[in-house]
Amino acid sequence: MTAVADNPAAVGRPIRRKEDTRLLTGRTQWTDNIEIPGMFHMAILRSPMGHAKIKSLDVSGALKYPGVHHAYGAEELGALNGSIPCVWAVTDDMVAPDFPVLAKGEVRHVGDCVAVVLADSAYEAADALEGIVVEYEPLPAVINMEDALKPGSPLVHSDKGTNKCYTYVMQPQGDGAYAASAAQADVVVKRRFINQRLIPSFMEPRAALASPMGISDELTLWTSTQIPHVLRVLLTLVTGIPENKLRVIAPDVGGGFGGKLQCYREEVLVTALANKLGRPVKWTETRSEDMVATHHGRDQIQDIEIAATKDGKLLGLKVELIANMGAYLQIITPGIPLLGMFMYPGIYKIDSYDFTCHGVFTNTTPTDAYRGAGRPESTYAIERIMDELADELGMDPMELRKKNWIKHEQFPFTTVAGLTYDSGNYEAATDKAMGLFGYEALRKEQEERRKSGNPVQLGIGISTFTEMCGLAPSRTLGALKYVAGGWEHCTIRVLPTGKVELVTGTSPHGQGHETAWSQIASDIIGVPVEDIEVIHGDTRTSPYGMDTYGSRSLAVGGQAIMRASEKLVERARVIAAHQLEVSASDLEYSGGVFRVKGDPSKEQSIQGVAFEAFTAHNLPDDVEPTLQAESTVDPQDFSYPHGTHLCAIEVDTQTGKSKIRSYVCVDDIGVQINPMIVEGQVHGGLAQGIAQAMYEGAVYDSDGQLLTASFVDYLIPSAADLPSFTTDSTITPSTSNPLGVKGVGEAGAIASTPAVINAIVDALRPLGVNDVPMPASPMAVWRTIQAAGGAK
Amino acid sequence: MPEVRITVDGDLVTDEVEARLLLVHFLRSNANKLGTVVGCDTSSCGACTVLLNGRSVKSCSILAVQADGNSVTTIQGLAGEEWHPVQEAFKECHGLQCGYCTPGMVMSTVDLLSENPNPTEEEIRDGLHGNLCRCTGYHNIVKSVQHAAELMKGGSK
Amino acid sequence: MIPSTFDYVRVNSVDAAVAALRAGGEDAKVITGGQSLLPLLRMRLAAPSILVDCSDIDEMQGVTDNGDSVTIGAATTHWAVMHNDLVKAHVPLLAKATATVADPQIRHRGTFGGALAHGDSAGDLPSVVLALDASMVIAGPDGRRTVSAKDFFVDYFTTAVGADEVLVSITIPKLGAGWGTHYEKFNRTAQGWAIVGVAAAVKVEGGKIVDARIGLTNCAPVPVRASSVEAALTGTSASAAEIDAACASAAAGTHATTDLGADKEYREHLMRVLTSRAVAVAAGV
Repeated sequence: MTAVADNPAAVGRPIRRKEDTRLLTGRTQWTDNIEIPGMFHMAILRSPMGHAKIKSLDVSGALKYPGVHHAYGAEELGALNGSIPCVWAVTDDMVAPDFPVLAKGEVRHVGDCVAVVLADSAYEAADALEGIVVEYEPLPAVINMEDALKPGSPLVHSDKGTNKCYTYVMQPQGDGAYAASAAQADVVVKRRFINQRLIPSFMEPRAALASPMGISDELTLWTSTQIPHVLRVLLTLVTGIPENKLRVIAPDVGGGFGGKLQCYREEVLVTALANKLGRPVKWTETRSEDMVATHHGRDQIQDIEIAATKDGKLLGLKVELIANMGAYLQIITPGIPLLGMFMYPGIYKIDSYDFTCHGVFTNTTPTDAYRGAGRPESTYAIERIMDELADELGMDPMELRKKNWIKHEQFPFTTVAGLTYDSGNYEAATDKAMGLFGYEALRKEQEERRKSGNPVQLGIGISTFTEMCGLAPSRTLGALKYVAGGWEHCTIRVLPTGKVELVTGTSPHGQGHETAWSQIASDIIGVPVEDIEVIHGDTRTSPYGMDTYGSRSLAVGGQAIMRASEKLVERARVIAAHQLEVSASDLEYSGGVFRVKGDPSKEQSIQGVAFEAFTAHNLPDDVEPTLQAESTVDPQDFSYPHGTHLCAIEVDTQTGKSKIRSYVCVDDIGVQINPMIVEGQVHGGLAQGIAQAMYEGAVYDSDGQLLTASFVDYLIPSAADLPSFTTDSTITPSTSNPLGVKGVGEAGAIASTPAVINAIVDALRPLGVNDVPMPASPMAVWRTIQAAGGAK
Repeated sequence: MPEVRITVDGDLVTDEVEARLLLVHFLRSNANKLGTVVGCDTSSCGACTVLLNGRSVKSCSILAVQADGNSVTTIQGLAGEEWHPVQEAFKECHGLQCGYCTPGMVMSTVDLLSENPNPTEEEIRDGLHGNLCRCTGYHNIVKSVQHAAELMKGGSK
Repeated sequence: MIPSTFDYVRVNSVDAAVAALRAGGEDAKVITGGQSLLPLLRMRLAAPSILVDCSDIDEMQGVTDNGDSVTIGAATTHWAVMHNDLVKAHVPLLAKATATVADPQIRHRGTFGGALAHGDSAGDLPSVVLALDASMVIAGPDGRRTVSAKDFFVDYFTTAVGADEVLVSITIPKLGAGWGTHYEKFNRTAQGWAIVGVAAAVKVEGGKIVDARIGLTNCAPVPVRASSVEAALTGTSASAAEIDAACASAAAGTHATTDLGADKEYREHLMRVLTSRAVAVAAGV
């Protein structure tokens, strides 16, 4: 018998991760680790041109190479050359070009798939690519988004007659509302921000292996994906393989950050070819392929206007975006800016809001979700322009924020964008962060450095962010024309010997779901965390799910775990009551044991119930054998994590190089299941957000060549390039879900970018600087200083 | 094809290989050491880091024929009866998330601590700059290395 | 990620290496650590017919003391160079610069001679050997010749080492007493190549700079000496202001290029700022 006191709640404890045992000993099952006898290795010939006509393509030469069995261009692939789907037509008149798996007659970005070879080994496949002969006729490329919208621009898709994908307008207060706000404002600040293109750069390159050697004629696809469930549906639509004959498995997946939230051409290719040939087909990308063929993120031009009174009250916000789709639409490419649309008002009370977004095609790799997906862009814009408004008004940037943010007693609060924020306490998070940061002392040091003309200036940056997690209420998605729902599923069962299987539809790739989900179930069903096995990422063993992205897994999937666990206990209660010959209402349940009220000597453990349910020798008449329960939860609303991030940065005005001195953040993500995992998520997000501010940016030349096509030129920061962080939290439970959780996967990445740039601008403001481009490379910062009049 | 004899995690692996075969592919395909992984093609990420005769190297940047006659230790050869303190420390300090960089990060840490048993934070950050991680922001990796240093000194766990 | 096919031979003498290179023809290539070559092979930017592995040649390994100079075998690893007591005592600038090369794993394998023979002007070591007036012994079919550092670097990725030749060793004069040195490397991330690097050696006597040698990394197709700065520094007082003034001409004689890290104007600006900083540190200011 386990006493309650010996079984403290698992939720809230920094339990060390179950996942780590295999990850730390090299026993991980990455897709590329899977080998099946007789499998072909696929290699892909990709376009070296930004835009060109394929005058001729001859793959026959590849077949002469040793070990090569098949080679395909679009023509050879024929009817198997399906089109990649986009599931989010954001407007009725959105332009959605055909996106063939292998290019048909024209390549539209460097990395576009042209042909494939299948060989006995990866080495032979790589060699055989040299045997393929392609004759390209270069076409004019368009890379710059504004150029693409001009009349006479080269067209990415000439059959469409335009490079504009869509224009989306949202004016919650009506047309003219913002103009009215601006008219009565004392101050209107306008800025153009460039939220540069990023490359997700998860550490595990993508890989996919399709095998027709499955049980009962099924075709199995192992792939490094965040979305095995969604992918199966899409692959069925693209390949025609019946959904019930297709099994998609996401084995251990080495990071995603949105980059593996996709239905990729390569996944279609291995699936279709394995199905056609009756042989397993495997593809593993090189990093060079990844840089041009994995979808990119961000890439928006943001024209922002904010109107305020002279004492700093916000009146109106106007946002006009140009968003780069790239050359094609991938799964939710057009919708990414709209995920940000709701969040431009941030944590502030504003009277009117006016949003317009123009999606545009260019001869670049398609864009799609990358950590935060739309929300980092919106947060960057609002938090940057709040600093500029503060400067215009001569106010302290924190004072301006305090004046306008939603007070904790005003929740739930419906924002000017029409969302209802359920809970929050911006005051508490800010007070805690300011204390940890030492704001006043840093301001004093800043003043001294300014006075002495120190070539190394100090800047302080603030970001008081919020974001939208828990994607998503299905009805909301439907209203936005997204073609799927946003629910999540859990099945939980206690096996005859007392161990527990928890089947989830979320699909972790580094987040630690195996540990955290066990913690949630452990507290409810009263079995130890280590007795719970979390089963995920396989459409055969976890048939229902909407997968992992958008900081949704806990806020939505966690609810399903909670409900399924509660149902399981209620089923067990009926059986236990029958066994103990009392009524169910006479039983108390704690620590995995049912006890009769008033007679604690009569008890039955959940494991005992499970065995009874297995033998089924003595069950109540209306109870079916086995002890299991399931739940599919559609969230009632989003959740809104928030936090206050403070960055102190030293800027060498002679070289332009910046170095973070200290970074403090206090995040409120609601109830924390495992604070150790939470902290890790924040750290990783901070690194990626700081990287956007200081290091990373995909750069194309005017022909469409990606100049940052490897880790040599695309600068992922190393340990030596980042500081340690001071992280803390406040806990204001979400009221939109019974767990009180909000989501943490994207918070750090969303909040940190404006904090860093605000800090650099703050350091340089006395020099006449009021913006720096991202990434704030030494040269970019130095150039900005020069343009503003210069330092020595 | 040349024959190579490479001791991998204590076992001699002998095979005929193409001269162009990368050591990391030899480890994965010929020696079945799938714990060592490939993360890039520019010697940048360090995911493939192993010990060659006791010193950290990027196994994507060595030909198998160059390693002929030498001894390689991979993440799979690190633990004996018990885990290596660096493995323990990474688990304890949550020094990994997706785990893809982890084999290389751990092997680099083993090398770093063998050369400098008492590194400062700056020395740790500099010493690991040949290994990229996209998940952790390195904060907990630094803590893991510090904790491993303590464990290896026989300090309290 | 997968190299083209090639042959491979491991040799244990310089003569054998030269013979193998000759037999291999124009596309034969020397390999020691391979840390510059393997990336090119993986990207198929180089497709040698045969690799001649010289890492086992005894005379190409280690550091020897010649009295007024030290000789370093071309196949000595960066790691061995930076930890060598003779190097640390007599060529500290090389030890400091080598400690900034790439990362620990690459320093364990990469070799001093390999980095020089690769001829990348963005590499950290060419400017160091140039600043220190090193000389290189090159072996070929006609025997051995000695080439000074100023003649060794010919153009982008081109050195005096011919297709059938091997760089055997590098001899560097000791600086002697009174010299201070510093290598100032400027890059965007720790992994990054130097946008500009400055190898500075300065001799200070009685508060005055009496001699200065400065090599610049990544400021031209080949490493260059900042000769006008060297001249301007000689005789000035070792003060921040005078050093700064003397370094104003650091970009003279360079041929700065434009890339993602720096355009020409910014790179030239960095040369001035960083040369001043490097000299100040070397001079103990």
